[in-house]
Amino acid sequence: MITFLEFEKPLAELYEQLEKTKEIEVISGIDATPTIREFEKKIEETRKELYSNLTPWQKVLVSRHPERPYTLAYIDGMCDKGSFIELHGDRNVKDDKALVGGLASIDGESVMVIGHQKGINTKMRQYRNFGMPNPEGYRKALRLMKMAEKFDIPVICLIDTPGAYPGLEAEERGQGEAIARNLFEMTQLNVPVLCFIIGEGASGGALGIGVGDVVYMLEHAWYSVISPENCSTILWRSWDFKEKAAESMKLTADDMFKNKLIDGIIKEPIGGAHFKPEEAIHNVREAIVGSLKKLKKIKPEKRILQRIEKFSAMGVVVEK
Amino acid sequence: MTEESETMVWFKRVKEGINTPTEEKKETPEGLWYQCGKCAKVVTSEEHKSTHWVCSGCGYHERINSKEYFHILFDDNKYIEIAPNMTSGDPLKFTDTKKYIDRVADSIKKTGENDAASAAHGKIDGLDAVVVAMNFNFIGGSMGSVVGEKISRAIDHCLKYKKPLIIISKSGGARMMEAAFSLMQMAKTSAKLTLLAKAKLPYISLMTDPTTGGVTASFAMLGDVNIAEPGALIGFAGPRVVKETIKKDLPKGFQTAEFVLDQGFLDFIVERKDLKAKIAQTIKLFQN
Repeated sequence: MITFLEFEKPLAELYEQLEKTKEIEVISGIDATPTIREFEKKIEETRKELYSNLTPWQKVLVSRHPERPYTLAYIDGMCDKGSFIELHGDRNVKDDKALVGGLASIDGESVMVIGHQKGINTKMRQYRNFGMPNPEGYRKALRLMKMAEKFDIPVICLIDTPGAYPGLEAEERGQGEAIARNLFEMTQLNVPVLCFIIGEGASGGALGIGVGDVVYMLEHAWYSVISPENCSTILWRSWDFKEKAAESMKLTADDMFKNKLIDGIIKEPIGGAHFKPEEAIHNVREAIVGSLKKLKKIKPEKRILQRIEKFSAMGVVVEK
Repeated sequence: MTEESETMVWFKRVKEGINTPTEEKKETPEGLWYQCGKCAKVVTSEEHKSTHWVCSGCGYHERINSKEYFHILFDDNKYIEIAPNMTSGDPLKFTDTKKYIDRVADSIKKTGENDAASAAHGKIDGLDAVVVAMNFNFIGGSMGSVVGEKISRAIDHCLKYKKPLIIISKSGGARMMEAAFSLMQMAKTSAKLTLLAKAKLPYISLMTDPTTGGVTASFAMLGDVNIAEPGALIGFAGPRVVKETIKKDLPKGFQTAEFVLDQGFLDFIVERKDLKAKIAQTIKLFQN
């Protein structure tokens, strides 16, 4: 069963027709291969057309596709087979299931991979708190980063969250402080830090593991200060302007790159990362290998200074 | 015995109605009086200023802006502003129900401030210091590129002249009309603060009512010393959002400065009348 997004209606119809043709072939015994080929060709063309002209809002929908690969799928697909050891807990309160991390290797070289984790089905979505970490998630991430620094292991962060969890206990335990601390500490980690927005990059909850030497976005990911729905509610006082908000916020990878707020874009397969996860994961892996090679050549002090300079340059002001 | 005392009337109106002729009525100039929003006590504006805009009846700390904090902190109200003419660009050409550039222009006109933060250097009890204070009246004290850049410049000044930094936060959080530019100010300010830390220059963060969102989740919580004014609302998510999330009423006092102190995220709470002395004392102890 394929999950179709609202803009994929033409695709859904074609698939339905294809299925019907296949059924008729079985019942009637008449060879329908040419018709089936025709439909398959049409499906490919339609998919290509739809995905090469996605509106910002459609990209938001793609980024939230229930079959889109999440952090653990990336770890499984891009790290050396069986190399991943998940490390749990912030050593203080508990283990946050919405933010995972651990040691692994890529091409035989150790890496610390940290990322938001959404659930893959209804039950797991709840278990993972929909990918919304509590403060202990950010503190676990920081513990792992500091450990990576100690052993001179690069840090890779995979970002995919609708936001940091706005709950009562999250406030009690200092959600704001936890995120702030990570921004401060990530700035001065003396190992390479690579960040990838693989799905949703919502606000401080995303940035909390998003300060890196390189920050890349997947082609259909989004990254901004708030979700388009909430932006619509606040600025237009209604949920109905989410499409307009998505457009105005310039939250796509293309716009973020144009505005120099990210360092690069990673191609997704036609049909999105959920359509061919292995291809999307492969592309991220390639970017990691390529960036690491370059970043490792730079002295830590210089890397840190460049990191600070990059983020310090962000912003547009007018001075008379 | 008079007639009045017999009927137990203490005062008696001699003439009915108000008899002052219109031409003899005295006009009260606008803003001469201040009424407390909490306990409704009325004092003259002059008196209110002399108590640092704190109600003498109930101790309520009225929301004040950068000019007032500079007045409270800097010796003889003498200070030099850093980049006072800096205003917001409109990198996204953003329009919601109103054009962002118009919103900014209107706010400048209305508040007399150029954006939601002002930075200045001067002396506090004879000690050189740099103060960044936020203007809540400017689009809810929201953090856009100007707030980030002002803090960044203030830190540059601190680094150059080896001065301590004080940031007075008062903000609803991010400036949505600058979207991701606004978000990145969190990374920018935090990154710059690492330079201050490396230079061993003290940073005191004062959180005032309200300090929420991206401001809390960046520079406000990163002080060597985190302090707050009494009763200030301090949090990451706003109380309304938290309430909607948990679908229950919030406990009394939730997200107040007193609550945040109790949770371990503040060093102390300071009343405005003691603010200058406490800050000066803290800096002195750091500078040894």
